[in-house]
Amino acid sequence: MGEINLQTPEGRAEALRRMLTIRAFDSEAGDRFADGEIPGFVHLYIGEEAVGVGTCAALEDDDYIASTHRGHGHCIAKGLDPKYMMAELYGKAEGYCNGKGGSMHIADVDAGMLGANGIVGAGPPLATGAALSIDYQDRDQVAVGFLGDGAVAQGQVHEAINLAATWDLPAIFVVENNQYGEATPVDKQHNVDNLSDTAQAHDIPGLTVDGMDVTAVAEAIGEARARARNGDGPTLVEAETYRYRGHYEGDEEPYRDDEEIERWQDRDPIESFRDRLIDRGELTAEEFDELEAEIEAEIEAAVEYAQEADEPMPDEAYDDMFAETPPEIERFATAARTDGGERTASSRSSSEPRSDGGRPGGDRR
Amino acid sequence: MTAQTEAELETETETMTVREAIRQALREELDRDEDVYLMGEDIGLFGGVLEVTGDLYEEFGEERVRDTPISEAGFMGAATGAAATGTRPVVELMFSDFAGVSMEQIMNQMAKMRYMFGGKAEMPVTVRTTEGGGMGAASQHSGTIHTWIGHFPGLKAVTPGTAAAAKGLTKAAIRSDDPVFVFENKMIYEQKGAVPTDEEFTVPIGEAAVEREGEDATVVATQRLVGESLQTAESLAGDVDTEVIDARSLYPLDTETIVESVRKTGRLIVADESPLSYGTHAEIVARVQEEAFFSLDAPIQRVGTPDTHVPFSPPLEQEVLPDGDDVREAIERVT
Repeated sequence: MGEINLQTPEGRAEALRRMLTIRAFDSEAGDRFADGEIPGFVHLYIGEEAVGVGTCAALEDDDYIASTHRGHGHCIAKGLDPKYMMAELYGKAEGYCNGKGGSMHIADVDAGMLGANGIVGAGPPLATGAALSIDYQDRDQVAVGFLGDGAVAQGQVHEAINLAATWDLPAIFVVENNQYGEATPVDKQHNVDNLSDTAQAHDIPGLTVDGMDVTAVAEAIGEARARARNGDGPTLVEAETYRYRGHYEGDEEPYRDDEEIERWQDRDPIESFRDRLIDRGELTAEEFDELEAEIEAEIEAAVEYAQEADEPMPDEAYDDMFAETPPEIERFATAARTDGGERTASSRSSSEPRSDGGRPGGDRR
Repeated sequence: MTAQTEAELETETETMTVREAIRQALREELDRDEDVYLMGEDIGLFGGVLEVTGDLYEEFGEERVRDTPISEAGFMGAATGAAATGTRPVVELMFSDFAGVSMEQIMNQMAKMRYMFGGKAEMPVTVRTTEGGGMGAASQHSGTIHTWIGHFPGLKAVTPGTAAAAKGLTKAAIRSDDPVFVFENKMIYEQKGAVPTDEEFTVPIGEAAVEREGEDATVVATQRLVGESLQTAESLAGDVDTEVIDARSLYPLDTETIVESVRKTGRLIVADESPLSYGTHAEIVARVQEEAFFSLDAPIQRVGTPDTHVPFSPPLEQEVLPDGDDVREAIERVT
């Protein structure tokens, strides 16, 4: 499997690194949002790291994932660079989406990341579509559609699973059951005991795994991937996990108590995996602390990069609508180029040269 | 006359129906590009309820002419995901009224992915769908939604009024890297016309066609009303010399050809089957008054469905659907 083979010490170290990176990234994103530096909304993945990393550990680099509104963890698990992710959260031109997507829409299709998604339940049909391309062109890939427990109530999710099942497409649907659909507990939204029971309706395997255990998730997804590649169609995997933070940053969370949060934190996916690696003699407590400090420094550097990065130019608002820009839009772009030569607000001085070097997608502009 | 129309006339043509022209476009593009495939309800084995795909299933097989379950959200979303990942799906949405159940995938995914991803997604998807009343199909199978699609940023919308336009626009849509909706009026499937046989013939998206030249009034028409307007123009010849333009593409819209015509004639009638308020008519009128206000010699006239749904009973349906007589009355009001 790709870069994170949990059968090897190197793979396990990489899984730990990615889980820590997700936590550090999202902790920092939460702080910076609270400081008013990041516009919009942010939905943090803290507590759910084992699901994204466990899933991507079982995938090859060129497999596809379609994500949710809580997508930062999926991006890092898939190997995206926190630097350009943070720049996107800041709405900067250097971000993955040139500042047009933000937290809820980070994407890099070339890296197999079909986007975080602001619409609950909208990712699974896209994953089915990616699986259709794979199947149609007979490529050795799979497509994963992530969804939350709330999305299991969405009609289009079941349409997507039904289509993938009917056509035996190489798709995997991963339900991240973090116990709350926004502010409503999962048992008040669904009548089934396990959300994986819904797989029965489509006659595909459905299983529920411990989403706080990166190894358990990776094993389940590994089997699902093998099935998919064998032409046996999709699998639905429910990962039971927990959202440490609110639905969105700023959520006052009147719907749950500290005791519940602490109970789940006792099974923290990073700490438990760390302890296992220490027990196996693959890691010392000191090494862990060093790794954590190193990653925190990396994320601080990402924040610095994002803060310093260029704002988009006004005329870029008219780019990327179509492969070929129609006159309806072009006239506004032309006007913006004519009278909008300067960067806005917190930007650097316009005389400073713009650095496109190494920027994702920079060569496509 | 646009350059494209002249080019069309120079190539060899064959007379065929709109339905045959679309099927020929699909066949040629399936032949030309292996990444192109068709998907939709009953389009394969059954040949499509409107018989457009016909025998393509026998010709190309079930992988390339795919029957889908009755789940528009699922397959519209799958087409979107598939377009973003290296293939070129052509979706048939049986009746445009059914867009309602798939609108999430159309408006928030298909239309927005390229933009929200900063240009890092391709979206070469074509959606063919049927529109319009006239066959007693009642309100849920007779609607026109091209205004919705033309209004929504990120989507292109074309509305052929002739067999040649139907073939050329379908091929251009399939070759386009943008999401294009091709709106086929179901009452013109049997309408015949001269269709270029050159396999490289396409109609550029965003170019209108002057189907009849005239000096006294301009009718900008779409779909079925192109043919009806041409008949009306002929019947008025001698009294009023009417220019008839097939808009062909609603987004992008060929403002230039329309404005040029209005500058010549000074009078404009917009004939489109969609509901009159807040729609396609309004957009064309707005552009003309922005660019050719001082060329207008009379108030602009709109011909369309009077903000009703399309009723079932034939006399009621005839009452609300716009036709050539409505175009004639509109021309007579301003000349």
